[in-house]
Amino acid sequence: MSGRGSRITDEEINELVSKLQSLLPESRRRNTGRVSASKLLKETCSYIKSLHREVDDLSDRLSGLMVTMDSNSPQAEIIRSLLRS
Amino acid sequence: MKSSTRNPNPNPDTPRFGPSKLMVAFRFLRALTLVHRTAPNSSNAARSRRIQRAAFASMAYSAGPRRAWSRALLWRLHFHRARRLCAGRSRAAGVPRRPSTTRSPADELRRLVPGGTGMDYCSLLEETADYIRCLSEQVKLMQSVVDSGGPRGR
Repeated sequence: MSGRGSRITDEEINELVSKLQSLLPESRRRNTGRVSASKLLKETCSYIKSLHREVDDLSDRLSGLMVTMDSNSPQAEIIRSLLRS
Repeated sequence: MKSSTRNPNPNPDTPRFGPSKLMVAFRFLRALTLVHRTAPNSSNAARSRRIQRAAFASMAYSAGPRRAWSRALLWRLHFHRARRLCAGRSRAAGVPRRPSTTRSPADELRRLVPGGTGMDYCSLLEETADYIRCLSEQVKLMQSVVDSGGPRGR
């Protein structure tokens, strides 16, 4: 974490920008070279929005599943299957 | 709990849960069972909202106070909980909103990442990276639960 008093160098910014780029999924990375920071930020924004939508969608599905779930410790079953994987 | 910095995963298709991911998983599942137990007759939409809150809560609790985004989320969750407990609305209707066309990409990002507003550019990028990592793990976790919680005998 850069010091609070020191000036942030362009290099540090570029490093963070490419780290961010590496976190985007393959389909969102336009090219392997450096993209403009502005494009990358826009892509990052749209990725975060799509992740939020996925959480929404999965919450809906989990909510629907909950109704059909067995009330005798379904969580144990889920935990077990998660630990198995 | 074993602490493993390396996670040997020869088969990339099988999701492996390291100790910290397990924490998130347990927290989230515990929250899910609470929702299941305490709101059996509520509407799908209400339950879905509670699950969504549980998702962000378990993310934020597991990240802890070391991150600005998790602190902001935790604060937001408690604040909204307190607001819901007190009757009456505090949000003013017709609050003018700035059009999104005048917002720079960095400002747009600041609105998406919890705690982002007012953050300097460098910190914003760091927080965003961590937020994206945790958010995508949360999505994977929820997907696993959906996959394993399907109808029996599939």
